[in-house]
Amino acid sequence: MNKENSLLDIRNLKTYFYTYKGVVKALEGVNLRIGANELLGLVGETGCGKTVTGLSILRLIDSPGKIIGGEIVFGGEDLLKLSENEMSERIRGKKISMIFQEPRSSLNPTYTVGSQISEAIRLHQRVDKREAFERSISILRQTGMPDPERIVKEYPHELSGGMAQRAMIAMALSCDPELLIADEPTSSLDVTIEAQILELIKDLISKFRASVLLITHDLGIVAETCDKVAVMYAGNVIEYGDVRDIFKRHKHPYTEGLLKSVPKLKVSGELYTIEGTVPNLITPPTGCRFHPRCPEAMKKCSELKPPDFEVESGHSVSCFLYLDQEKRE
Amino acid sequence: MNFRAFVLRRLLLMLIVLFGVVTITFVISHIIPADPIGAILGPQAPDELIEKLRHEWGLDRPLHEQFINYVWNLLHGDLGKSIRTNRPIIRDLMERFPDTIELSTASMIIAVCVGIPLGIISACRKDKIPDHVSRVFSLFGISLPVFWSGLILLMIFYYRLNWLPSPGPYSTHLRPPPTVTGFISIDSLIAGDVGLFINHLQHMILPAFVLGFSSMASIARMTRSSMLEVLRQDYIKAARSKGLKERAVVFNHALRNAMIPTVTIIGLNYGSLLEGAVLTETIFAWPGIGSYLTGAILYLDFQAVMSTTLLIAFTYSLSNLIVDILYAFLDPRIKYG
Amino acid sequence: MGVGKEKSILKWLSRWKTEHEAMLEDFKYSLHLLRRSPLSMVGLILISAFVLIAILAPLLTKYDPIEQDLQSRLQPPCWDNPFGRDQLGRDILSRVIYGSRISLRIGITVIAISATTGTVLGVVAGYLGGIIEEIIMRITDMFLAFPSLILAMAISAALGRSLENTVIAIGIVAWPTYARLARGLTLSVKEEQFIEAVRSLGASRKRIIFSHILPQCLPTIIIQATLSMGGIILTAAGLGFIGFGAEPPLPEWGVMISDGRNFIMREWWVSTFPGLAMLFNVLGFNLLGDGLRDVLDPRLRR
Repeated sequence: MNKENSLLDIRNLKTYFYTYKGVVKALEGVNLRIGANELLGLVGETGCGKTVTGLSILRLIDSPGKIIGGEIVFGGEDLLKLSENEMSERIRGKKISMIFQEPRSSLNPTYTVGSQISEAIRLHQRVDKREAFERSISILRQTGMPDPERIVKEYPHELSGGMAQRAMIAMALSCDPELLIADEPTSSLDVTIEAQILELIKDLISKFRASVLLITHDLGIVAETCDKVAVMYAGNVIEYGDVRDIFKRHKHPYTEGLLKSVPKLKVSGELYTIEGTVPNLITPPTGCRFHPRCPEAMKKCSELKPPDFEVESGHSVSCFLYLDQEKRE
Repeated sequence: MNFRAFVLRRLLLMLIVLFGVVTITFVISHIIPADPIGAILGPQAPDELIEKLRHEWGLDRPLHEQFINYVWNLLHGDLGKSIRTNRPIIRDLMERFPDTIELSTASMIIAVCVGIPLGIISACRKDKIPDHVSRVFSLFGISLPVFWSGLILLMIFYYRLNWLPSPGPYSTHLRPPPTVTGFISIDSLIAGDVGLFINHLQHMILPAFVLGFSSMASIARMTRSSMLEVLRQDYIKAARSKGLKERAVVFNHALRNAMIPTVTIIGLNYGSLLEGAVLTETIFAWPGIGSYLTGAILYLDFQAVMSTTLLIAFTYSLSNLIVDILYAFLDPRIKYG
Repeated sequence: MGVGKEKSILKWLSRWKTEHEAMLEDFKYSLHLLRRSPLSMVGLILISAFVLIAILAPLLTKYDPIEQDLQSRLQPPCWDNPFGRDQLGRDILSRVIYGSRISLRIGITVIAISATTGTVLGVVAGYLGGIIEEIIMRITDMFLAFPSLILAMAISAALGRSLENTVIAIGIVAWPTYARLARGLTLSVKEEQFIEAVRSLGASRKRIIFSHILPQCLPTIIIQATLSMGGIILTAAGLGFIGFGAEPPLPEWGVMISDGRNFIMREWWVSTFPGLAMLFNVLGFNLLGDGLRDVLDPRLRR
């Protein structure tokens, strides 16, 4: 994919958290790009920085966290250079929206569902209360919510998990954003509801012609729904490519380990686990952060951080094993 | 359970508690003092007088009979007679109660109007200078003995600086308004006496401030901690992600949720206002039930002491009931649970 | 023989350490957090000063707190009497210093009585549940329906004026809070797995309550005690102020403030200094209590 065509281009994003125990270097130079009308899965273990990446895009990182470097180019401008006001007025909820893991606690318990969706609408569109209300009902209907006229008057705690997530999705899509960031949207839902919600997301983004950054730890979801995949480990994107590239022709040793750890139904025997444990981000390993656990580690890996090498068109790996295999354009 | 069931249950609970309150005051006034009459009349009193009074007051009857009598009298509004003022206690209390309510309400208004904004500022500027200043200020507020601060401020503002008037509900050369509601502020307005009204308010400034200060501190602390709690929640992040500006996030989303526990604290503070009123009224010569209580204690007027205590406990219970119901009403999770 | 005993004590100590490693780690972290909070440290300093002054009272002043000197009555602060003299010529500084002993005594005694009775009742209520819990909780409700000073006043009036009666009165007022706290804690501890484990091993109810549940409640109870100390001192002084606390000539701070009431305009020192002492004392307890509460709040520990 041509880099110039991308909708969102994150370059060398660094986000640190300044805590009592030390500086947690959560994101150490994240590179990521999403194209138009594309579903990108951002996958990795808990604590690898996927949520922090999502929050950083919208600049929702609270103290003690701080985005300290990099660029987030969206629609030709660097989001990190915008003022807080500009972010609120032009970007959040309007061009880029986000949905969260726990839908019921992501909605204010003291307001009705309808008033919260209307609020989102009235923030970015010049409509009066009644009109906003009507639009809330209509967008809820589009998410497949049964009986939207009734739901609109209810409070979040009265909804089931699946319904609440539909409400969140409605709220996020209400102003026709170009990018939807979905942070583990189905992790707290039942498997059957999960399938429905994922189907809904796929449906809606093609209808709304938006892109989605789907943050998840579940490889199964990624395989089923995403076009492209980015694999994260300890604050870096270590592999990026098409769904097929990642699942069939993966290159990075961590990706290999990750895929091997997924238990398969018909195979018996010991479960595979990657040796070692997730690194401490206050004192991370030098060079490539995966090297202490990597079966293919070389001396170089502990000294330098590997850059991204493009091994095929649109498929890049951050690993010194592929230093010589970089495809020349 | 739904709202109506909640209210009913809460009312029932209050009735049980009130019964217990009555029992406790009975125990205190009848069982504990070794000899209430002897304590009042003194050691020189002749035995026949003691016996006569004992019989008159029904103290020679068995305890459970006394108790039933006591409750019966209460239900009929008979709170006994004050040996100090020689009037039915209920009349004394009804005359003085509005003055205490006036003072407490004024204090509460001050406390809420200063305390809540202080707490919000503190939470939004956590760990920065305004937060530290406000926290220290609040700590002083809850550590100050109210009777001491009253005396000191009186000395400074009345005696030394002459900015504020002398203790009392209004200046001595003024006449009280004709009693309509019992509230001096309201009655003076009804009578059209604006001068008295203003004078009265001036006299109320210092005692209301002194009384309200610790509540102010307590409310500020509670608002701060509940705001901090709320600002940590997921829905605040979600609200920001919609594009809401920080101001709207704080005032429309955070505050609404943070106010719910704060309402409870306001109710609880009303109780400490009643306590503080006892001490403040004494210092500022305010004719409320607080100064009545201290007068009664010093005079060993047991009946008055117990009856006033009862009234105060009832008022406190009632305000707690209102607060509990308000809390349930404000939180949709309980109201529509 | 001596060496053998030493060795076994050391062995037991190291075994205890490994068994309770998690708890010790927790404790060390708590101390660390506490040290980082300057306000709590200030509180600790104030309280230590208070306790030290109370203990060392006779060494700190040469004047007898109850000795009168009517010739020098109402003398303003001077080099000899930094806090001045009161209406009976007594040195106020020494009275303030000795007053700290009284406040400390009242506070400790009240907490000892009310915390123990309250906690035990609360734990019993929480663990046994049913009608016993209902009754105990309703009784605490009844006591809590009175604002604390008011109830203390009523009880003091009935009992008569003396220091002992003040302690009893405030003790009766304070126990319900501990009972409620302990019951709440018991309810949550009760559900924890290890209680089931111990019960399945056949431990008696009494043993469960005393050896397992009570220790879990201890940290919160201690914080509550620290926090309530300030309130106890204020209530005791309030009683003293209206004339029903400690009996004269005991130099209780509330009584001293009341003494100075009539002279507040001109001879302001009689009431001011005892009040200041009280302010800093209560402030100290509140600061420390606050700090402790923040430290032990599980959410802030990360």
